[in-house]
Amino acid sequence: MADYKNEFGFFAERPKVEKKLFDRNKVIAGLVIFIVMITIPLWQNLGKTVAAPAPSLDTPVIKQLAAKDKKCVMPTEWMRANHMQMLVDWRDNVVRTKEQLVTTSRGREFVAPDGKQYLASLTNTCMECHSNKVDFCDKCHNYVAAAPNCWGCHLEKGKKLAEAK
Amino acid sequence: MDFFKRHFFVALSAVLGLIIIAYVGARGNLQLVFGVVVPYMAALIFVEGLVYRVIQWARSPVPFRIPTTGGQGRTLPWIKRDLGDKLDNPSDTPHLIGRMALEVFAFRSLFRNLRTELVKDPDNPEGARLIHWSYKWLWLGAIAFHYAFLVVILRHLRFFTEPTMGLVLMLDKVDGFLQFFTPAVYLSGVVLVAAVGYLLFRRITNPAVRYISLAADYFPLLLILSIGITGILLRYFFKTDIVAVKELAIGLATLHPKLPANLSSLFFVHLFLVCALFAYFPFSKLMHAPGVFMSPTRNMVCNNRWVMHVNPWNYPVKFHSYAEYEDKFRDAMIEAGIPVEKEQ
Repeated sequence: MADYKNEFGFFAERPKVEKKLFDRNKVIAGLVIFIVMITIPLWQNLGKTVAAPAPSLDTPVIKQLAAKDKKCVMPTEWMRANHMQMLVDWRDNVVRTKEQLVTTSRGREFVAPDGKQYLASLTNTCMECHSNKVDFCDKCHNYVAAAPNCWGCHLEKGKKLAEAK
Repeated sequence: MDFFKRHFFVALSAVLGLIIIAYVGARGNLQLVFGVVVPYMAALIFVEGLVYRVIQWARSPVPFRIPTTGGQGRTLPWIKRDLGDKLDNPSDTPHLIGRMALEVFAFRSLFRNLRTELVKDPDNPEGARLIHWSYKWLWLGAIAFHYAFLVVILRHLRFFTEPTMGLVLMLDKVDGFLQFFTPAVYLSGVVLVAAVGYLLFRRITNPAVRYISLAADYFPLLLILSIGITGILLRYFFKTDIVAVKELAIGLATLHPKLPANLSSLFFVHLFLVCALFAYFPFSKLMHAPGVFMSPTRNMVCNNRWVMHVNPWNYPVKFHSYAEYEDKFRDAMIEAGIPVEKEQ
């Protein structure tokens, strides 16, 4: 605080600044809008408990597999994070590189870490076992709002057959 | 170490330190701390700190209208004012809202940023000429960065809402419409990193700007840059189990936090950097976000000419009048032969 004294004594009262919220209504309205906006996820989810998706492995083909064969082409943990990359690599090998011209379709070989060889194909290999797109693929894709463009070309086998019948 | 290096490397090592802390924490057994405790703390600090500072600001009276303006103010009726004048120097609330909207959504003040430069001019006897021109690159970088960051933040709502909001799904489509690479490249992510990179580059390479840049200027840029880069790495290169990420996020949002296994260390680095940004926000220059709404040169109608504004801390000033002065020194004045108004 400045010194309000001069040679004649105090020449002024100390300034009295009101301790208050200026433009109170506007400031509080702004803050309320801000808080409501950033807590939208909280309001949306209020009182909910969202269960993690449980993709179903319950398909006729998987059921028929022997216990030791009940495994994916790659470890499950790896597939969870990286299956999309693998599918795209398969697609690029088959569709976009020269390998498609090789009739023995070397581009369509996929050798799993355990040495087993698979046909690199979404429709014929993956969906052979996982024929339940709605209960398998879509479960997680919808959960994380991923919209893969696989289904632009690949038809669901079961669905197609059902429609044909 | 010179001024620049001191400030730049402090900020850089702070960001690297945060990354190392998160990495070590995630590698160690502190996933619960970095996945649940720190995000909640950061959110609390963010909201509480922001509200506190806004309230502090609002306690300062701003008694007078400050017409810093490039536009003609309202005056005699025959002096023309076009829309630009009315928006720059608003005399009523609708135009004031227009000015604020332009400021908030289009960064108008920055758009009018002038740069002064010496350009070569052979016709001039001195061989150079001083020009003032509107320099738009800063504005472009800033607006690209802000909108990209907004889109990125809104897109992340897909982790916090179930079912995912329609707006987020739409943004997702628009943002990834190039359908280039897998998963589809989001334009906002690229623009974000490019724009922050430009803003940082500008700060470092322009000597005038570097001279006034402190660690507090580099730190947010470096922090946001590393958030963007870790995000891009997570999405395109070192993928983590995204279902686990959503489980964590939705657990936080439903107030039933649980920590899924299978989250990568890179994810914890990304999350921790974001938490650091949120916790740092109220203490930093980033408070310009709420601050723009409270800037006195922007948010008040310029009506000084026809509305009286009283300073709330006006106080009664004790005058020392000439009569009092003469009363005090009369004898001395008479003795010195100085004329007085009253002989007594």
